[in-house]
Amino acid sequence: MSAAPRTIRFTLNGRTVAAEVAPQESLVTMLRDRFALYGARESCGQGLCGCCTVLVDGRAVSSCLALAALVDGRAVTTIEHLDADGTLDPVQQAFIEAGAFQCGFCTPGFVLMTRQLLEQHPDPGDDDIRHYLAGNLCRCGAYPEIVQAVKLAAAKRRGAAG
Amino acid sequence: MRAARQVGRSLPRLEARAKVTGRAEYIHNLQLPGMLYGKLVRSPIAHGTIRRIDAEAARAMAGVHAVITSAEVRQIIPSPYYGPAFHDQPILAIDKVRHIGEPVAAVLAADAAIAEAAAQLVTVEYDELPGIFDEVEAATSPVLVHEALKPAGTFADLKHLGGKRGTNVALEFRLRRGDVERAFAAAGQVFEHSFRSQPVMHTPLEPMVALAEATEASVTIHTASQSPSFVRIEIARLLGWPENRVRVRTAYLGGGFGAKLYIKLEALVTALALLARRPVKVSLTMEEQFYTITRHACTVRIKSAVDRDGRITARRCEVWWNGGAYADIGPRVTQKSGFTAAGPYDIENVAIDSVALYTNRPPAGALRGFGIPQLVWAYESHTDLIARALALDPVEFRRRNILREGRPQATGTVMRDAAIAAVLERLAQKLEWGRPFERGTGPVKRGRGIALGFKASISPTASVALVTIAADGSCAVQCGTVDMGQGSDTAMAQIAAEVLNLPAESVRIVHPDTDVTPYDMATLGSRSTFHMGNAVKRAAEDARDKLAALAAELGLPPGANVEIAELFRRRYGMQAGTIIGTASFLPSYAPPDLATGLTDNATPFWMVGATGVELEVDSETGRVRLLRLVTVADVGTPLNPRIVETQLSGAAIMQLGFTLLESMEFDRDGQLKNPSFADYKIPGLGDLPARIESETVAASQHSGPFGAKGVGESGTFGVSPAIANAIHDAVGVRLTSLPLTPEAIYRAIRAAAGDSLAEE
Ligand code: FES
Ligand code: FES
Repeated sequence: MSAAPRTIRFTLNGRTVAAEVAPQESLVTMLRDRFALYGARESCGQGLCGCCTVLVDGRAVSSCLALAALVDGRAVTTIEHLDADGTLDPVQQAFIEAGAFQCGFCTPGFVLMTRQLLEQHPDPGDDDIRHYLAGNLCRCGAYPEIVQAVKLAAAKRRGAAG
Repeated sequence: MRAARQVGRSLPRLEARAKVTGRAEYIHNLQLPGMLYGKLVRSPIAHGTIRRIDAEAARAMAGVHAVITSAEVRQIIPSPYYGPAFHDQPILAIDKVRHIGEPVAAVLAADAAIAEAAAQLVTVEYDELPGIFDEVEAATSPVLVHEALKPAGTFADLKHLGGKRGTNVALEFRLRRGDVERAFAAAGQVFEHSFRSQPVMHTPLEPMVALAEATEASVTIHTASQSPSFVRIEIARLLGWPENRVRVRTAYLGGGFGAKLYIKLEALVTALALLARRPVKVSLTMEEQFYTITRHACTVRIKSAVDRDGRITARRCEVWWNGGAYADIGPRVTQKSGFTAAGPYDIENVAIDSVALYTNRPPAGALRGFGIPQLVWAYESHTDLIARALALDPVEFRRRNILREGRPQATGTVMRDAAIAAVLERLAQKLEWGRPFERGTGPVKRGRGIALGFKASISPTASVALVTIAADGSCAVQCGTVDMGQGSDTAMAQIAAEVLNLPAESVRIVHPDTDVTPYDMATLGSRSTFHMGNAVKRAAEDARDKLAALAAELGLPPGANVEIAELFRRRYGMQAGTIIGTASFLPSYAPPDLATGLTDNATPFWMVGATGVELEVDSETGRVRLLRLVTVADVGTPLNPRIVETQLSGAAIMQLGFTLLESMEFDRDGQLKNPSFADYKIPGLGDLPARIESETVAASQHSGPFGAKGVGESGTFGVSPAIANAIHDAVGVRLTSLPLTPEAIYRAIRAAAGDSLAEE
């Protein structure tokens, strides 16, 4: 409010964009208010649930804690970009097939984290999955199906690669 | 041509693609042109009178549109009190605050950050009053939360509410069956225990949110609500308007679990929008949700008489429900859950006293199970303790006492379509109960436990549905059931599709919007599959009959295989016309006798759920590791087996949190110490048992749509006592208060060993 807004430029879902942001404005607020992107959503607001996950330069970030100004010059990818070519990402497809959600509020965060997990562990075991996704909460408790979805997605990706 | 069967298919949710792409619609996302954000100024004390509100600095802040207090609200709503059971809750505090976090003023600004900053500038002076926090003490305390009680009279089952003048009692429910005192006097053995449940919160990940836009003639409320019809009725009452000037709509809910029921933010946003003459949105933070609604803390004292054959001959239950500062739906929890407090057992003499109390805690309402998990926690812990004392196997002891088909439950209502025995037997079978159980070595001990619960569906409640067929033959269902993740859209589509011989994927579900969807009591208490399912089925049958009548009118022989679109074309000469099927469903019901609590028709259906647990306890640290969590339930005939399974395991996982992890911690002044996921931990992937299994028994609810009935809560019933029973089995100590933390377990182990560390 007091400090002046500044203009930032960054890549959003593959396109160069600019926005005028307040110094204390969070990334999730900017995505919602200025770009009408709702897939990253604020829930706990404290970096503790993963509902607001986006990728910044390819790394998963809690956009409720990240300041919008900090993405200046960087690349932001949101869940909305995953099916940009009209087909679902294998992780998204696996979440549907495994029924890995109920209300779906946590789902974009889980999908993005699962993609990152599979990049590091192409064939994750139960412990890898539980450990890696420990920071994402699902109040509907779709966890058993989420674990199945991750394994299914891993198999799909291996199949596609091989 | 007959399509494949649509019910019984494990069809993915209709909206699956929208959910995995982040594009599903939630009210959380909604923004309207010219919209203001409302931020609340909340009470920092639990009980006190308001001496002065100073909003000058906030009003003077650049960008602030208005600061609203109850004085302004009363200009447009003279009596701004709401609630489903009592009209006891003010839109903004009037003269007095009754719990920590109670809304006292609202700041409006186009920029949410400005509204929030300005809210910090509002100063309120209070004269503190002594508070009452414990439910048992509240029953006799001279500290009164409300000076006068105002019954609502909105719901048929709560018509008798009066409250007790000059006390904190909102409702006392009594049930008397047989002669308990005589049975206790004659009994071989008598057992008595007390159990406590802690306050917990639903924490839906989409925090509560509502947005209102108003004109002189109408108001539209966009809200993440489980009960749009009730919101409409209540807003119309508050404004003194007819219902048709109030429109309430919802989208997908990011979880509900009972938090978003009845009326929460809707009266507030309506008042703010009318005063500001701009759309107003109020989105709570996760922290604010903890001040808005909770699950009842509860104390249960339970006493049983058992004869020489291990038959329970009498049971007395005294239940105190901590309702917090406003009744919300606590009185219904008190009565409807209260009458099952003696458990799914065939007991000749039963006395139940179930009391809803006002305290200076945040309000308590419905949370997945409507009080049943708190009761099962008590009666199944108690049952296990009796079996141990009698040296009877816990499964065998239950088997001897179980309430079987055709026998009267405590109210006198005869059990029908309640597969209690089948559920118990299947659970025992899955756990291989008869086999020797590996007990562990060294400090890590293994144990196992079971628990069995049941619930009556709330009655009497109505659902109305429309099924429309467009001129191209496509079908839409208009119904007020809110899909908050339970998969109701998919289930309703499957029901309509089955009747109309269509693929379920092709059916469109119109989301609740009171301008277009007819009345539905609410999405709660696992009632929708049965009530709305029946309404949708009948509405689809009505549409089918009307199509047949159209065919006959066109001179076609019965069974003629003519496409629906062709029927419309022949009738109207082009693609035109609509067929509207409609039906309402209201099951029969007989209210309980006020003196005895007895009735021969307490509920349209029963839900049955049982839990089996295998676990390890580290006796040196008190840490519990769950190895296996098995849920078995009677859900009638599942409409969508996959979604049913997810509902059962999801419910069990939620209740696991309420058993091992979650507790709202208050200090002596009623301050909440942990309204954040940093200190209030809900289950994550790391908290899950190694194995989770969920299963339904073969069953049919004969009065349900295609044999189905409710599912959403059954997985919660047995979790807490099954875990406590397993801990007892492992390390020989009994915990009677939730949650079962490592510290509590460790203390109990030390106390059993005669160690002084046990002293708190
Ligand atoms: S909203 Fe960002 S982590 Fe919870
Ligand atoms: S699906 Fe509802 S929070 Fe995960």
